[in-house]
Amino acid sequence: MTAPLVPTPGQTVGPFFGFALPYPGSADLAPPGTPVAVRLSGRVLDGDGAPVPDALVEIWQPAPDGGIVRRSGSVRRDGWTFTGWGRSATDTAGRYSFTTLEPGGVDGGAAFFAVAVFARGLLDRLFTRAYLPDDEPALSRDRLLSSLPSDRRETLVARREGQHLIFDVVLQGDRETVFLAYPGRPAR
Amino acid sequence: MTRLTDRPEAVVPSSDAAATTQPEIDAEIAELAAAYERDRATAGERTGPLLDYPPYRSSVLRHPTKDPHYADPEDFELCGPVFGDQDVDPLEADLTIQHGGPPIGERMVLTGRVLDADGRPVRHQLVEIWQANAAGRYVHQRDQHPAPIDPHFTGSGRCLTDADGLYRFTTIKPGPYPWRNHHNAWRPAHIHFSVFGTAFTQRLVTQMYFPGDPLLPLDPVYQAIPDPAARGRLVARYDHEVTQHEWYTGYRWDIVLAGSRRTWTEREEAGP
Repeated sequence: MTAPLVPTPGQTVGPFFGFALPYPGSADLAPPGTPVAVRLSGRVLDGDGAPVPDALVEIWQPAPDGGIVRRSGSVRRDGWTFTGWGRSATDTAGRYSFTTLEPGGVDGGAAFFAVAVFARGLLDRLFTRAYLPDDEPALSRDRLLSSLPSDRRETLVARREGQHLIFDVVLQGDRETVFLAYPGRPAR
Repeated sequence: MTRLTDRPEAVVPSSDAAATTQPEIDAEIAELAAAYERDRATAGERTGPLLDYPPYRSSVLRHPTKDPHYADPEDFELCGPVFGDQDVDPLEADLTIQHGGPPIGERMVLTGRVLDADGRPVRHQLVEIWQANAAGRYVHQRDQHPAPIDPHFTGSGRCLTDADGLYRFTTIKPGPYPWRNHHNAWRPAHIHFSVFGTAFTQRLVTQMYFPGDPLLPLDPVYQAIPDPAARGRLVARYDHEVTQHEWYTGYRWDIVLAGSRRTWTEREEAGP
């Protein structure tokens, strides 16, 4: 077996992605106003607790029934096809916002959004997860969450206010979000 | 001249460090490079950038201070969004035909393959690029660099890779531009890339640079990748086979995406 190829390094998304990466509908996985839709939003905060107005957040999620989505159409949404993927730039208050459907847990596991975070000043993208807060038995069985101390664990669980799921991303500090490294990523 | 150490508020470098000189930034870069070389024998090669890299002032408050948590991806994280022909018009790969006339600058074709760590092509996936124009100006409203905006150039494009993982863009060679990291700071000419793999865990955003750019050694964003061979992977090569007679110059740059595997290799388990 040949040695694996060395991955291409990441670099910061920089300050000037706003004209290129977000596009109309990029943050609307479900059309706004869909009765079963939820809002997933939150703020991206720096080490001083200040909002990061030039960050970009992407989510990837299962369908409401827990099925893995294999449908194209995220860039030019037709209003009917759920693609499971979206992208939202933060506003001047550091807030990103998605309109989407709640993910189901895959194979009975805890339901969560996979999240990638990019920003000016952030030299490589960060991965994390935003778990739905409701199914406590599933959350307590989750391999990742159960491996974390409780104060770190809570950084990965969204807060629910009605149709609104709130998930802040704290890049640095005491309340720093747990960020993830996956196999096949560089170890250092 | 104001020195960094003369300013009490700058003991912790902040984003507002425009009084720092290039030689001071060079010294910081050299010190971190030497520290990397010292540690490399025991800690191994680092293939990506340091997130905590003070010469890039904006990183100071925006890098995590806790180690990343090693996670086994769930099944759906080993999949990712799929894109299709309805998502991207093939004309979006040509950044020189988006307006009423040809943009000013050196017309060039940039092409290469997107591969996974096992060398397999990443097929039919989305590649997005964005860049400054030939004068070093972005159309972004926050770019106030007093260089001309080209009414015939926006500087963003998309394409899908083909069955061999090949992408191809026609564009204009971007110019270098000043920024406010330190006094007289200039970014080397670069093209931003956003690339998707078959797994969400392969997601990559990076910047591609041009061979022989004299600004590369001075740039704290590029130098944040402390391993010389690793950062060299961001430099395209001029390819005369791509260049077309009396029409455009050609550059080639391949991209490798890691992160699609489920299990840890022994080396990864060793950790930092």
